[in-house]
Amino acid sequence: MGRKLLLENINVPGINSFEVYRKHGGYRAVEKALKTMSTEDVVEEVKKSGLRGRGGAGFPTGMKWSFLAKPEGKPRYLVCNADESEPGTFKDRYLMTHIPHLLIEGMIVASYALGAKTSYIYVRGEMMPQIRILERAIAEAKAEGFLGKNILGTGYDLELYVQPGGGAYICGEETALIESLEGKRGNPRIKPPFPAISGLYNCPTVVNNVESIAAVVPIINDGAEEYAKLGIGRSTGTKLISASGNIKNPGVYEIELGVPVEEFIYSDEYCGGMANGKRLKAVVAGGSSVPILPANLILKLTTGENRLMSYESLAEGAFASGTMMGSGGFVVFDEDQCIVRNTWNFSRFYHHESCGQCSPCREGTGWMEKVLHRLEYGHGKLSDLDLLVDVAKKIEGNTICPLGDAAAWPVASAIRHFRDEFEWHVSHAEEAMGRNYGLAHYADPLPKAETIAAN
Amino acid sequence: MLKISETDEIIFTPELLVKFNEILLRYPEDRQKSALLPILHLVQAEYGWVSSPLMDKVADFLQLKPIEVYEVATFYSMFFLKPPGKYMLEVCRTGPCCLVGAEKIMKHIEEKLNVKEGEVTADGLFSWRGVECLAACGMGPVLQIAPEYTFYENLTAASVDELIDRLRLTTAEKAQIIL
Repeated sequence: MGRKLLLENINVPGINSFEVYRKHGGYRAVEKALKTMSTEDVVEEVKKSGLRGRGGAGFPTGMKWSFLAKPEGKPRYLVCNADESEPGTFKDRYLMTHIPHLLIEGMIVASYALGAKTSYIYVRGEMMPQIRILERAIAEAKAEGFLGKNILGTGYDLELYVQPGGGAYICGEETALIESLEGKRGNPRIKPPFPAISGLYNCPTVVNNVESIAAVVPIINDGAEEYAKLGIGRSTGTKLISASGNIKNPGVYEIELGVPVEEFIYSDEYCGGMANGKRLKAVVAGGSSVPILPANLILKLTTGENRLMSYESLAEGAFASGTMMGSGGFVVFDEDQCIVRNTWNFSRFYHHESCGQCSPCREGTGWMEKVLHRLEYGHGKLSDLDLLVDVAKKIEGNTICPLGDAAAWPVASAIRHFRDEFEWHVSHAEEAMGRNYGLAHYADPLPKAETIAAN
Repeated sequence: MLKISETDEIIFTPELLVKFNEILLRYPEDRQKSALLPILHLVQAEYGWVSSPLMDKVADFLQLKPIEVYEVATFYSMFFLKPPGKYMLEVCRTGPCCLVGAEKIMKHIEEKLNVKEGEVTADGLFSWRGVECLAACGMGPVLQIAPEYTFYENLTAASVDELIDRLRLTTAEKAQIIL
């Protein structure tokens, strides 16, 4: 069993209450940080831990904190991004539902480190039950003197509030989230200025994912060095992986970074292998935005070595043969799944969720959805494949926020790796309406690295 | 100022106003616009949807221009701009849920309720729609029921039938008590 830092006590009955959480060592990090560490010490500790943002971008959290401007007379804000909406990702829901005080504790320590006196947890609006859970947890923590005025007699004041979103994926982008928190449409802002200089109410702001904030707790409790001992290379610590799709045991798993992908899928400790005796066809390893990979490429690198669950190993091979860790939304496809249909489904998602601000994304996502729809429903042309690649290329890098890239990558990668399946949908349109393409050669031993690179 | 609709007949209850004012305390003094989303959620929970007179009334309360409320209410998919059924069944229709049968569940609900997506049953009780990822992919297929946002996981045709029948029964029983 790998070591658990966040979910160690998740199955303890009543761990969602302050009392039980505290009994199991909860809020020690608040005591340690506020009573024995300076704000700089806390930032330094998080920097040393190597913790990387768990929301998707993987930017070092400590470094993000150290960029925060500290002008005189202006408040600073910490905002927790709990707008979990990336298809394939449901770890934050799990964490907030079952162990809400871990997030509250992390918020107090992080707010202290950043000098924030008011912090917000922006939760996606649909998670009303989780909003109620967090509000109760905040009230409990406040009653016990861990929030409010003069916390634990240290002179530090902090108010923590939960803000509901309205059901818009785009608000997971940090500047859109800030706009939304200001009561506006979730249109991302042009950067710079970055939120660290001018964020919420034009004040210096840090936006961190739920899991990143929660990870601060074990980092402070055990020390950065202990945390950094876990993991592999620049992928330190543990990561929550949301596993879904055609596997025996879907759910949220805390892994030590560096577990082989093959072990993650097939071992009973994690996914437990494929459901219903089917075979593995493809995996989306980091949420819908990251490139989809066929079975052979997700399990092995083109060198023949095992691919690992780490930021570096998942990205190995770049766009030619790699993917990304993203938010850790691990979606597994069996041989009965249709890649064309799924690509259309994902492109409908991005079209629906595009805020409409930048024309390449607003128009391009709709265009891709339309073309993929006709491919799936038997009206496609062979030239549609190049058209899709072309549209994807013209969206990528040409928008204010990364939603454009996120919409382009799944389409481009599906055509890159499953081109024959798309072509079959055109050449055998009628047959494709009645049955799926199946496993094809996607699980075959890997072709030589040079062949993949040439494609 | 041009008013699209009459706002005067809507009066927010004192209980609702207390909640509104509590929400305002969360933000710096001149930033009451931040309260817009939480207040719209409360309004929708109370009235079932957000009509233009309600939006105008919210604008009045927060001292915003009506357009500032309209543009927000129309941007976020959670706000209903026309009345849904008493129970709005929202089924996740995104990739991971479809891998485990969400499309069949939607088809089943359509047949069971005998209304198309977005329509309301004749008795006003039910409506349904497909929504994008609800962040519960490992428990798919899933649905939530607005306005309470109760959540149902690992759906099957049978569990959906049971859920709908139970909601019908509960409503009928409540009606009996009132009679």
